[in-house]
Amino acid sequence: MPLLEAHGLIKSFGGLRATDTVDLAVEPGTVHALIGPNGAGKSTLVNLLSGRILPDAGRIVLQGQDISKAPAYRRVQMGIAYTFQITSVFPNMTIEANVELAAMARHKARDAMAQAVDHALETVGLSDRRQQLAGDLAYGHQRLLEIALGIVQKPSLLILDEPTQGLGDAEVQWFVDLLKSLRSETTLLLIEHNMDVVMAVADTITVLQFGRVLASGDPESIQSNAAVQSAYLGG
Amino acid sequence: MSMDRSVLFNIGLLLALLLVVLALPEYHQGNFARIMVLACFACAYNISFGYTGLLSLGHAMFFSAGLYGVGLTVQLLEFPSEIGFLFGIVCGLVLAVAVGLLALRTTGVSFMIVTLMFSQAFFLTVLLFGEFTRGDEGFVISQDKRTFLGIDLSSDDTRLIVSWVLISLCVLGCQVVVRSRLGKVLVAIRENEERTQMLGFNVFRAKLSALAISGAMAALAGGAYSLLFGYVGATFASVQYSIFPLLWVLLGGTGTLIGPLIGTALMFYLIDISSEFTTAYMLVAGIVLVLLTLYVPEGIVGTIRRRLAPWIQ
Repeated sequence: MPLLEAHGLIKSFGGLRATDTVDLAVEPGTVHALIGPNGAGKSTLVNLLSGRILPDAGRIVLQGQDISKAPAYRRVQMGIAYTFQITSVFPNMTIEANVELAAMARHKARDAMAQAVDHALETVGLSDRRQQLAGDLAYGHQRLLEIALGIVQKPSLLILDEPTQGLGDAEVQWFVDLLKSLRSETTLLLIEHNMDVVMAVADTITVLQFGRVLASGDPESIQSNAAVQSAYLGG
Repeated sequence: MSMDRSVLFNIGLLLALLLVVLALPEYHQGNFARIMVLACFACAYNISFGYTGLLSLGHAMFFSAGLYGVGLTVQLLEFPSEIGFLFGIVCGLVLAVAVGLLALRTTGVSFMIVTLMFSQAFFLTVLLFGEFTRGDEGFVISQDKRTFLGIDLSSDDTRLIVSWVLISLCVLGCQVVVRSRLGKVLVAIRENEERTQMLGFNVFRAKLSALAISGAMAALAGGAYSLLFGYVGATFASVQYSIFPLLWVLLGGTGTLIGPLIGTALMFYLIDISSEFTTAYMLVAGIVLVLLTLYVPEGIVGTIRRRLAPWIQ
């Protein structure tokens, strides 16, 4: 059974169908990448999945449970963690306080919380900066904190919205390794522009164009797909 | 609550305050009794504005819900003051939840306007029922009705002590709230509401809780004011009393526990002294607000916290 399924999702803004009858199935334990040219509807689709906006039609099912009407915070409680495309942390709090807050939503016991915080900070490599203010961090580190906020919640699905956007080459390589290491912990839904990153980490790729699913499959089949090549990969 | 230095700091300041007010001349003792009760109102406002970031312009209705909830029941219906006092707090709580359910659907400027409108509606309702409330003129609670648990609240000495007990309870009560799970979520909402929601917190419920606590505490201040000073009047429901707590909190330090008390005392004396020279004392308050926003946006305690003592809560 897929971890997350979308059936016939539709969302229009004015006259524009940003998401047009999209079906999607994210298998547990995989890295599922969403790609597509600018304006293909990637962000709208993940906003629908995370509950930040509600669909005009269609259903979203998490582990067999219909969550189409659930508000965003409920979906997070049910195991869908979300990291923002534009870094959104608590700038006036320390890194530690940021991650503790994220852990608090999920863990009730103090010990479990502290352990989850340690683990998350270690995973993203921010352990030695715990007391630094989040707002003082370099951009790349803020992106890492953003991911730590996600994994500390021990989500069943972690949605990463363009995690490598604005990073330098060395940092991107670091992120690829991080994403690979996260595979053992959680299922990833990755929205990504950088094709090298996608090819390096994705098990399944779904290509969007004009709000529709153009193709879906493993990286090889997507690379050799003629429609995808002409639409996106530039032949 | 663990006894760390932030708690000890507040307890120390409150004890120092007690020593100072006991040593003051009688005129200033009278002032301080008022200041400390009004500072409870400021503490209440600080929960919603300072810690949660909800800029309400309608808190006069919560204060006066307590004022009238106690005043009318004790004076007209002859409730015992203890029952009347509890009733007043419940009035503030219920009103805050009712207003919050509607007003919290909006944010920012709209929230200001909606709370202001509700508060004005409350004010006009007070005037409409002038037969009972005596409108602007107000009414006096007779001295024999102003005993609480056997204590005569109309004497100057007990009034001073009781107001000190109330402000101490409010400051330390706020500290308990701020340190709780709810308090952390409230600060998170103030700092980044969208993120807080996407961490799995029910933001609406948290904001409603903040407003409920704030409304109940404001009503407690209002109810205490009516019993301690024996006067209930519509001025306390006017927009002026929605703006005062904002000024007090801004002056003392938004999102600090002791700031509201300091802000209330300073503003009280500023108006007290300037009204000796001019009838335009609200102009003085206005100028202070402008200067504050420009030069000391964090308020007095907020600035001390940033510069000297980051551990102040």
